Amino acid sequence: MTKDIRGDLKAQTIMVRGHGDQEIEAYFAEPLGEGRYGGVVVIHHMPGYDRSTKEIARRFAAMGYLAVMPNLYHREAPGASPDDAAAAARAQGGVPDERLVGDVAGAIAYLKAHQKSNGKVGTIGYCSGGRQSFLSAVSLPLDAAVACYPGGVVNAPPAGAPVSFTPLIGRSKDLSCPLLGLFGEEDKFPGPDEVATLDKELSSLGKEHEFHSYPGAGHAFFDVDRPSYRVEAALDGWKRIEAFFGRHLAS
Amino acid sequence: MCTYYTDHVALEGSGKGPQGWFSLGEASVYYDHPVHAPAEHTVNIDFLNRSLGPSARVAVELDPASARELARALLAAADSAGALPA
Repeated sequence: MTKDIRGDLKAQTIMVRGHGDQEIEAYFAEPLGEGRYGGVVVIHHMPGYDRSTKEIARRFAAMGYLAVMPNLYHREAPGASPDDAAAAARAQGGVPDERLVGDVAGAIAYLKAHQKSNGKVGTIGYCSGGRQSFLSAVSLPLDAAVACYPGGVVNAPPAGAPVSFTPLIGRSKDLSCPLLGLFGEEDKFPGPDEVATLDKELSSLGKEHEFHSYPGAGHAFFDVDRPSYRVEAALDGWKRIEAFFGRHLAS
Repeated sequence: MCTYYTDHVALEGSGKGPQGWFSLGEASVYYDHPVHAPAEHTVNIDFLNRSLGPSARVAVELDPASARELARALLAAADSAGALPA
């Protein structure tokens, strides 16, 4: 990889073939350099395929990665505003796990077929997307995965949650790659007890993982547009992500 | 936290959205992150008509105390339907 320190990039809307060979919208950002780059699938949070998550995809391109973010709500709400699409998806019970895995697999295939790909691909997700990043890593062959405050991996979600959210810890033995987990100590979903349980489970299975929990931070501490933003946690978290993907995705 | 808690209510009535008035079919009621309100979590209501597409939506995000006041007022108004002449 040749890192473009100027951060020059191109970003655009594309279509990828996801679950069921259906075409879904995705946001793709790539460095303008001529090198070979690792790929990152960015899995958006429950509020959807929004401006702030597109900014995250562009940040990865500026860091020297091919980044693609599939619109997980495209089927429910093609062309709708992100908040309307998120409401439509919620009303229908959320994104089924099987469909999520198919959509991420499609995004991975797009990245690996890209002429600038170095053949390595990882995932990162936030909130429900953090759980879905873990789901991807126990379902698909990956080189790295990052899960930011992933609720629903260890404990079942509260009553009233969409039926598709089932705990995933029992599938830890299938984790295909190193995992970076970033958590807020004041978060309740996942709470510190869940983080400790997952840490212990992965250690007992000999699965490579690196967890960081930030004091004074709760859920969604990376989210710059919300009161939950915690600058110290977010800055350290970005450093951890850059180092982790640098080790596992950059060639 | 991301609560995912969602209650679904079937409705009969109308709402006014960006495209004007439309018939409502249901509401999603949930406690989770708001899109706009300056709080980490709010009680949110999406009044929807799925048959008209995702944009047929009236959305509100309320702090929990406001949601309780609204619920009290709604119950009082609904009760008056039985007490007052039709």
